[in-house]
Amino acid sequence: MNAMPPRNTPGSAYNFAYLDEATKRMIRRAILKALAIPGHQIPFGAREMPLPYGWGTGGIQVTAAILGPRDVLKVIDQGADDTTNAVSIRAFFAKVAGIATTTRTAEATIIQTRHRIPERPLTEGQVMVFQVPMPEPLFRLEPRLAETRRLHALGDYSLAQVKLYEDIAKQGEAGTSYNHPVMVAGRYLMSPSPIPGFDNPKLHNSPAIMLFGAGREKKIYAVPPYTAVESLDFDDHPFRPMRAPHACSACGSTTSYLDEIVADDQGGRIYVCSDTDHCRENQTP
Amino acid sequence: MKPGFSDPVFGAQSGFAALMNAMARPGRIQDCNALHEPPPGLDPAAAAALLTLADAETPLWTDAEGEARDWIAFHTGAPLVEDVARAQFLLATRAMPALASVDLGTDETPQDSATLIVQVATLDDASGWRLTGPGIQHEHRLTVTGLPADFAVQWARNRTHFPRGVDVVLCAGTRLAGLPRTTRITEDR
Ligand SMILES: [Zn+2]
Repeated sequence: MNAMPPRNTPGSAYNFAYLDEATKRMIRRAILKALAIPGHQIPFGAREMPLPYGWGTGGIQVTAAILGPRDVLKVIDQGADDTTNAVSIRAFFAKVAGIATTTRTAEATIIQTRHRIPERPLTEGQVMVFQVPMPEPLFRLEPRLAETRRLHALGDYSLAQVKLYEDIAKQGEAGTSYNHPVMVAGRYLMSPSPIPGFDNPKLHNSPAIMLFGAGREKKIYAVPPYTAVESLDFDDHPFRPMRAPHACSACGSTTSYLDEIVADDQGGRIYVCSDTDHCRENQTP
Repeated sequence: MKPGFSDPVFGAQSGFAALMNAMARPGRIQDCNALHEPPPGLDPAAAAALLTLADAETPLWTDAEGEARDWIAFHTGAPLVEDVARAQFLLATRAMPALASVDLGTDETPQDSATLIVQVATLDDASGWRLTGPGIQHEHRLTVTGLPADFAVQWARNRTHFPRGVDVVLCAGTRLAGLPRTTRITEDR
């Protein structure tokens, strides 16, 4: 061998987008396998990030591994671009990668998200990066990781269906809650991350690439574009995406997902779009 | 020795963008021209794919010889293995190893399967095979020259092992196309 070190060793270049090149390669390898096995969770050697867990360290590492100098990044928390979390992550990438950021869904090439998928239909040029707190859809039923791996390997989701059926029977309706599990390409049961059931249909046959990063649990998974994603449901309890039956008080939308806001000290409530960019677009003639 | 990426950080990022889009949109041809001076015998796209993904953690098999082999060992730092079944990445510049001979992963860890990079003569996505599956809205077309005559038969067998299976990256010059294990190939009769 040559006396010079090979190129692909840690620490040989400055850290564009914070991560060193060896870490990016490891995450990139995981992303390619995740796309090849839709919905399957892939362990990765997550790095400590300069933000606490709960701030989306898994999503941040995925974004850092895919981000290029011409990308335009949007970050949303709930549906909003202006929360502390979203602003901090945008500022972080503007600083460590010098990339452009935006609040407009239409202009973004990468959208990192917690809790929502934008209302505006996504396009083929876009990648969604989800910050995932708990990647394992079976975790409430089966705490042993080795056993959940076995169930995924067998595609045996009878346990999940029984549990979900009990939940639905109690609540009365499928689709009202967050993190409603989905079947991806008819094979893997997947946690869609804590998005409302309202957003689940946006995962189905989307033109965009969907990547999921769980920092604390150290897992990456993916849904390729144009892939079947079906919310788990039952013949007598079909899945129906739910929204509050009101119009947005800011833009008048009757189709967008709404946040309920207590408007006065009499307990009066108003409803506004959770997706702030969508609401802004609706108000612009 | 020929250099690697002129800019290791942005070279790898652009190589990865091509690979990610190739795996996400099977059969859709991607430009991959981040590597300007590959060694003799390696296509720019295939060499860039290796530099982007392979390192000391990834056992690598290749039939490339001489300067090309030395270049791969030096620039990736990957341990070169003789046994195709032990490789995480394989680069075939001439005869492709049989798909069934590489590591297909296990049902619990299908991500441990190999990725096979094959240098082919030409890629054309205007006609040829009809590809369907995840990543494809209706169908993608792909004509590949330079693969074994029975590739589609081997591929159909690879699909039966899902979730186990090998994923393939086809490279010609500065272009590449992906075949993840989920893709169904139909040949026009
Ligand atoms: Zn609104």
